[in-house]
Amino acid sequence: MLDFLIAIVTFTAIYAVVSLGLNLQWGQAGLVNLGQVAFFAAGAYTAAILARAGTPFPLAVLAGMVVAALLGALVALITPRLREDYLAIVTLGFAELVRLILLNEKEIGNGPSGINAIPQPLHELFSANYPLFFAFLTVAALIVVYLFNERLRRAPLGRLLRAIREDESVVASIGKSVLAFKVETFSLGAAMAGIAGAFYAAYLTFIAPEMFTASVSIYVLVAVLIAARGSNIGTVLGAVFVSVLLEGTDFIKDYIPFGTGVQIAAVRIIIMGVILMLVVLARYRKVVEG
Amino acid sequence: MSADALREPATILEVRSLSKRFGGMQAVNGCSLRIAAGSITGLIGPNGAGKSTVFTLISGFLRPDVGEILFDGHRIDGLPAHRVARLGLVRTFQTPRELRELSVLENLMMVPRPQFGESLVGVMLLGSRRVRREEQEIEKRALEVLRTVGLDHQARRRAADLSGGQKKLLEIARCMMCQPRLALLDEPTAGVNPSLINDLVEMIRLLHAGGVTIVIIEHNMNVVMRLCEHVIVLDRGEVMCEGTPEQIQRDERVLAAYLGSVP
Ligand SMILES: Nc1ncnc2c1ncn2[C@@H]1O[C@H](COP(=O)(O)OP(=O)(O)O)[C@@H](O)[C@H]1O
Ligand SMILES: [Mg+2]
Repeated sequence: MLDFLIAIVTFTAIYAVVSLGLNLQWGQAGLVNLGQVAFFAAGAYTAAILARAGTPFPLAVLAGMVVAALLGALVALITPRLREDYLAIVTLGFAELVRLILLNEKEIGNGPSGINAIPQPLHELFSANYPLFFAFLTVAALIVVYLFNERLRRAPLGRLLRAIREDESVVASIGKSVLAFKVETFSLGAAMAGIAGAFYAAYLTFIAPEMFTASVSIYVLVAVLIAARGSNIGTVLGAVFVSVLLEGTDFIKDYIPFGTGVQIAAVRIIIMGVILMLVVLARYRKVVEG
Repeated sequence: MSADALREPATILEVRSLSKRFGGMQAVNGCSLRIAAGSITGLIGPNGAGKSTVFTLISGFLRPDVGEILFDGHRIDGLPAHRVARLGLVRTFQTPRELRELSVLENLMMVPRPQFGESLVGVMLLGSRRVRREEQEIEKRALEVLRTVGLDHQARRRAADLSGGQKKLLEIARCMMCQPRLALLDEPTAGVNPSLINDLVEMIRLLHAGGVTIVIIEHNMNVVMRLCEHVIVLDRGEVMCEGTPEQIQRDERVLAAYLGSVP
């Protein structure tokens, strides 16, 4: 039971970091991103490959972050004017592209079989208590990312990003390059997913393309959408909710007499879908009424 | 300065045969105009004449189909809007575009450029003396501008909660905060409480006194008479005539155009 709790905390922290990245993009700056999983995967693969080549964990995390940030900047730059509708399509397509490349390009990460035996930092030191140690490490990363996001939200930069979210033509009319701020923000949010990916790879010691499907982007989207817009603490709580729902249902399937694993997984997706629809409906009504 | 320069004020903005088409609608049709540096020029004409579109084209929010725009003698057509604004050419919007979820004060505080606090290093150094002092200075200036337009008591309110007239004032305040060289004001008095119109005229004079050249789209002829030394009349996308306000008021074509626009 305790092992299970530690696992949930670790997963939650990882999901929360990915969600905070999306909250920066969408919650603050209004940038739609339906493919956050691509940057998560980029961080995971980069860190996994480097760790296996003997790179120390902090450097592997840094590299995962940088690769994800660069891909984020690339996606932002190829999306015409970074408009909402284009972004939705481009990010969705990009995530699928990344997954297909990982699946088919055997040189990058062994195709469908993925990368295994990913070294874990300080594994020898903590042997028995390793999961607990790693949970602490992940939560520490979450705290750092959270504090950064909070700082940004309160900084003049946060004010400007919300201005862009509210009406970008006003920001252009006073002489500020909306595009530059959007690219920077999108890249920063992707970098956070990259960090989380690096932790994910080290935690599981095994990654494969099947772990990086669009459903991950959806879970993250739910975590951000159920929070008040732009709220970092709300996003973290959203991530707690989502991961308890995900991992919790995984856990109880061993104890309930009905339903197979596949059925439970399907029910989970349905629950997520329903929540997503309800949240979008509620927000839409608010927009229409407001 | 040569004798010529003394007689003829310098041109700050020149527009040459500007055209813009929206689908089947020729909104602007071969417009040419010159704005003298330091002047207040009125741009009038019936609804749908293309006045706002001319502003939108000049400020770089839309690209003209044909035509050249020169600011200070330099071509600016084709530049993106933020680059045009950086040169000191700032427009206001006919329909106020307040940043709804920001406070009135924040609406102005986001204007100055560049801000160290808007860089990632500035985020990391939030709370440092440099960022704090920058914020204090910007806030002081924003409050001054709010006082000028009479919105200082609303500083902490959500901009979305302002009345329509107050949002218009905020639009002017943002323009003041920019300290432009040329301001394009799109119907600043429309929808403003008539009792405030005198104040608004004073605000525009104040902006002008600060060295800003002004072009103002305005339907209230009384305001035009009081503010403008030169008036350009637009009709169906074309410059119909121009002159002093007195000349314009007597022009029969202008009367006909306005009457013709009333269904
Ligand atoms: N973005 C646009 N798309 C399509 N038509 C437009 C657009 N902006 C303006 N128009 C049309 O162009 C004409 C001129 O509009 P506008 O410049 O707003 O006139 P004015 O400001 O003089 O009232 C109008 O018929 C208007 O409907
Ligand atoms: Mg108009």
